[in-house]
Amino acid sequence: MADIGPEVLRAEHVGKSFGRIAALRDINLTLRRGEVLGLLGDNGAGKSTLMKILTGYHQPSAGQLYFEGEPVHFRSVAHARSLGIEAVYQDLALVNQLNVHRNMFLQREPVFGGPLGILDERRMRAEAIEMLERMRVRVPSVDVDVAKLSGGQRQAVSIARSVYQKAKVLLLDEPTAAMGVKESALILELIQRLKEGGEVAMIIIAHNYAQIFDVCDRINLIEGGVIEFDKLTSETSVQELTDRVVSEYRSAREGVRLEQRG
Amino acid sequence: MQDTTKRAGGAAGPLRPAEPRSGSLRRTSDVVLRWREASILLACIVLAAYFQFSNSAFLSLSNIKNLIDFTATTAIIGAGEVMVLVCGEVDLSVGMVYALVPFIMHFAAQDGLPAGAAIIVALTAAGVVGLINGAITTLLSVPSFVTTLGAMFLINGLTLTISGGFPIEPEAPAGFAAAFGGNPWVRLAWAVAIAIVLQFVLNRTRFGLHTIATGGNPTAAAEVGIKVTSIKIRNFALCSVLGGFAGIIDAFRIGSIDPLAGGSEIMFMGIASAVIGGTLLTGGSGTIVGALLGALALAILQDGFTLNGVSAFTFDMILGAAILVTMAVNVRLTLWRERGGG
Repeated sequence: MADIGPEVLRAEHVGKSFGRIAALRDINLTLRRGEVLGLLGDNGAGKSTLMKILTGYHQPSAGQLYFEGEPVHFRSVAHARSLGIEAVYQDLALVNQLNVHRNMFLQREPVFGGPLGILDERRMRAEAIEMLERMRVRVPSVDVDVAKLSGGQRQAVSIARSVYQKAKVLLLDEPTAAMGVKESALILELIQRLKEGGEVAMIIIAHNYAQIFDVCDRINLIEGGVIEFDKLTSETSVQELTDRVVSEYRSAREGVRLEQRG
Repeated sequence: MQDTTKRAGGAAGPLRPAEPRSGSLRRTSDVVLRWREASILLACIVLAAYFQFSNSAFLSLSNIKNLIDFTATTAIIGAGEVMVLVCGEVDLSVGMVYALVPFIMHFAAQDGLPAGAAIIVALTAAGVVGLINGAITTLLSVPSFVTTLGAMFLINGLTLTISGGFPIEPEAPAGFAAAFGGNPWVRLAWAVAIAIVLQFVLNRTRFGLHTIATGGNPTAAAEVGIKVTSIKIRNFALCSVLGGFAGIIDAFRIGSIDPLAGGSEIMFMGIASAVIGGTLLTGGSGTIVGALLGALALAILQDGFTLNGVSAFTFDMILGAAILVTMAVNVRLTLWRERGGG
């Protein structure tokens, strides 16, 4: 919780309905530069809908988003990305058949030869190595196809790519899902280092709050399309979150029991 | 902040401890990558040695010219198919474009166009066929197998209609005919030049990189902003133009434009060359030089068995077996490669 910078992203009373179903009802959320926000919630609580609104994939049906203090309306994913909002999806964003540096520069390749578009392989390679070194991401070599990397290494390369594209806000969707302990630690360490760098703000969407608790500055819990819980990690604990989730689970079970009896 | 930067910079490269491993891995992956072409090259050498041993006429000058005739146009069509296969599609209509294009060239010349302009008109028409194939496949989300299957019948019917079903003789100045395939060495030069240029395009240019990305992971490619539709359409057009060019070369070679030439047979030979050469049908990976060598391997088989008096029926059995064996090996190799090279 070192130096938290100015506000980058804010949602005010954001709602989203699909027909008659309200996925999000009243979302209020603030994200500051250099901050890591853990966004927790059950399946269907509205996490992914919120993520899609923040990346410009969906447009909110109510409320207002603010980017760096100014009201903003994301027209598309490309528009949100041009402002510096990047989403990193688990393992989906890389092309397995291409090596690490080609993946990192995909669609932003340095080329020469004008219309011929000949790839400047040497520059891509050098810059990719430098970038990965600076972020201390270990890969066997930038020349191997990413198919050969582990899940954690691939995730790290995706994150490095987004940071390299000058992301101001990184949205990490289940960054450690389906990963072993060692691999998860690798990603969490990378997030920690980015946080220390203080340049990017991050939202981590996760199920496993125990794992991400330590890297987060703040935890938001989303339930039924509303953020029901917003506390600094220094003011809460894994135990408190567990108690909340357990009580929610109990009341859900109670509801099911009543319905079945009903 | 200051401290963090210094620490990160001062770490002197986390890659360093991995350096020796990186070198050997790179070498291994290089060998693996080259292996795809090396294996088909080896197959060509073994086959050529076998046929030379069983019939000393095999490597005579006149038979080498035969080999070139079997190889050149199949290799050119194979090169086009590799580009389409790498972006995750297939073109079944290219053999019919091969038959159609020389007729367009002929009719354009009859209408008074000079030979060069007639060729350009004919190749442009081929490109339009490819554009339509690509547009229907991408914009209407019709699988390319279906789109180009339809185009295959449609273009065949068109060729038979405009030709009346009869072959004709291509007319062009003698020098012109020689430059476009009247001579076996020129045909070989065209095939090799096209293979080298396209190999470069696929592996060293932005267009090639985007083609691989489009076939390898369409979602990711679209997400980073690659115009997947445009990439596919351009590759279909390229494949069609190459098919038409192969048709023109063969028209000048044979000295006759036959509405029944090529067709699905040369198309399947082109795809077989690509696959035997190491291109995957699943997209994202392919080699043009491999397709050239694949076409050569098929030519050696075809020509060698003909020289030895093996019938065409047996040849088809051997071809089928060769495709099955190489595909099985290819799939194993890919799995091995994905597991990290063993």
